[in-house]
Amino acid sequence: MFTGLFLGLKEAGVPVSLREYLDLLAATQAGVADQSVDDFYYLARTSLVKDERHLDRFDRVFAHVFKGLEKPEGEEGTAEIPEEWLKKLAELSLTDEEKEAIEAMGGWEKLMETLKQRMEEQEKRHQGGSKWIGTAGTSPFGAYGYNPEGVRIGQDGNRNFSAVKVWDKREFKDLDGEVEINTRNIKVALRRLRRFAREGAATELDIDDTINSTAKNAGWLDLKMVAERHNAVKLLLMLDIGGSMDWHIRACEELFSAARSEFKHLEAWYFHNCLYENVWRENIRRHRQTTPTWEVLHTYPSDYKLVLVGDASMSPYEIAVPGGSVEHFNEESGEAWLRRVLQVYPKAVWLNPVPQERWRYTGSIGMVHEIMDGRMYPLTLEGLDDAMRELS
Amino acid sequence: MRFEGTETYVTTNDLSVSINAAITLERPLLIKGEPGTGKTVLAAEIAKALGKNLIDWTIKSTTKAQHGLYEYDAVARLRDGQLGDERVNDVANYIKPGKLWEAFTADETPILLIDEIDKADIEFPNDLLQELDRMEFYVHETHQTVRAERRPIVIITSNNEKELPDAFLRRCFFHYIKFPDAETMARIVEVHFPAIKQRLVAEAMRVFFELRDVPGLKKKPSTSELLDWLKLLMADDISPDALRSQEAGTVIPPLYGALLKSEQDVHLLERLAFLHRRERG
Repeated sequence: MFTGLFLGLKEAGVPVSLREYLDLLAATQAGVADQSVDDFYYLARTSLVKDERHLDRFDRVFAHVFKGLEKPEGEEGTAEIPEEWLKKLAELSLTDEEKEAIEAMGGWEKLMETLKQRMEEQEKRHQGGSKWIGTAGTSPFGAYGYNPEGVRIGQDGNRNFSAVKVWDKREFKDLDGEVEINTRNIKVALRRLRRFAREGAATELDIDDTINSTAKNAGWLDLKMVAERHNAVKLLLMLDIGGSMDWHIRACEELFSAARSEFKHLEAWYFHNCLYENVWRENIRRHRQTTPTWEVLHTYPSDYKLVLVGDASMSPYEIAVPGGSVEHFNEESGEAWLRRVLQVYPKAVWLNPVPQERWRYTGSIGMVHEIMDGRMYPLTLEGLDDAMRELS
Repeated sequence: MRFEGTETYVTTNDLSVSINAAITLERPLLIKGEPGTGKTVLAAEIAKALGKNLIDWTIKSTTKAQHGLYEYDAVARLRDGQLGDERVNDVANYIKPGKLWEAFTADETPILLIDEIDKADIEFPNDLLQELDRMEFYVHETHQTVRAERRPIVIITSNNEKELPDAFLRRCFFHYIKFPDAETMARIVEVHFPAIKQRLVAEAMRVFFELRDVPGLKKKPSTSELLDWLKLLMADDISPDALRSQEAGTVIPPLYGALLKSEQDVHLLERLAFLHRRERG
């Protein structure tokens, strides 16, 4: 019945299953939403979307599938965009040359037509893209400071009076986010690291001890309690930030946020490219508030497990030679620092967001790989799994 | 059985569709949203509107799925055995029903609220899959199956601290309570303080939404904070003009403690107010 919607959602990457689709059909049949299209939209949303990140994608697919289904009615939801206003808006920010260019294209009318066409094209092509009109220099549309969020153009072809439907308002845009490795997966992988130890108040029955002491007590029950087991893994996380890592920061932050809620003892520090004599806590203040690496090494005992995250892509000098750092003059080479850290923390791994098959093209990755004694893993679920196995 | 909001709770259209879908198809409803948008209160309001009993199961980090089914007190039984108590012969005496059991065997359909499911261990939702799906579970000690005669209406809230497993999500309806717009907010205030002075509300709402727009706040004030703040404003009999006078963030709003809950946020606001004053002065 609504197969188009279902398949559209699947295509747009909203995780829907047959079960949810059947639920939707059952609910429709039961008459949960028989009054209006709006109610049906709400019903479809509540049964097919299970994560607020997907709400925006759902809205877009819904708008696309049911385009033109509802006639534009309803006074309050009507958004009117007078053409003059648009024109003025554009003219305000146009230079004379650009105005001439418009004339050359056949005047304002023609331009609006083209604009509309292009918008439609673009919308079809990048479903999901947030930029409808590109900023490329050759497009006449980039120059107007035209913001599709600020001024809407209706999709039903009626420019002047287009009803803004609920799903066209796209209220959940801010919540959309394409997450590559989702945090749940990371957490599940990180669980491998859990080492349980007993800490805190005695709340659990210790069976062995109870049997022993009961026997000693001539058969009279003598209860022995022990503390509940808690995760006692201590983790020292060092993240490479800035430069070539900017591409991977997202993945790093994912890892970081996943890790934070999974461990009681977790310390995170940032470094740039390679580890040297200083590290820092907050990236914004990296130049003002750094902490000597020595201090870190002295603060956290060697039962901490060390996880280094970085792409290890740099000039070989940055690792091998004193003074090779791109940011400051380092008295000792990065390699010396890495080896020093590894000596303090024997349980250590390096996670590399660069895909494993590309590692051999970068010399510095090989060097770090060697310094780490081969304990470098790609930042994928499998890599994470292997790394955790190495650490535990 | 339909839910259309109550005297003390303003629902938006989409929320009532979700609730009614969950009631009709007897599926759990998962509610997410910013803290303070009325997720937990919702279950109580549905119970009130439909005249049902509310069974509240609040989840903590130590809660296990088994706690919701039943607990077997082996220690008490051992002790009774030594003392020669008659009760010891029946294991059922030592089975303590949990909240789910209570909900399954209630005389009339109850509302079961599983509050803050994300607080528990990451596997917690998976452990409840079958129980919530089939609405039955097996008690090993007594070899009995507890089955729901009438499926309870299950409302689950989550604050997004942990991601929920897909298999679990597939079995629920989902609703994300978004932050109410100014109009809905006015209705909410109206419901809570019917006699409040119109101008005070208008001014307070202006300050409130302005405050929410301040970039960089760690915790934006939410509906419940607005309601608390209004309560304080009324108790202190602050005049609307006192709110008006602080134009565009030159002064920190009176009784701000109800709106801002973190020291950094207060500092941020003070700094902004200072900058504002300096610019104008």
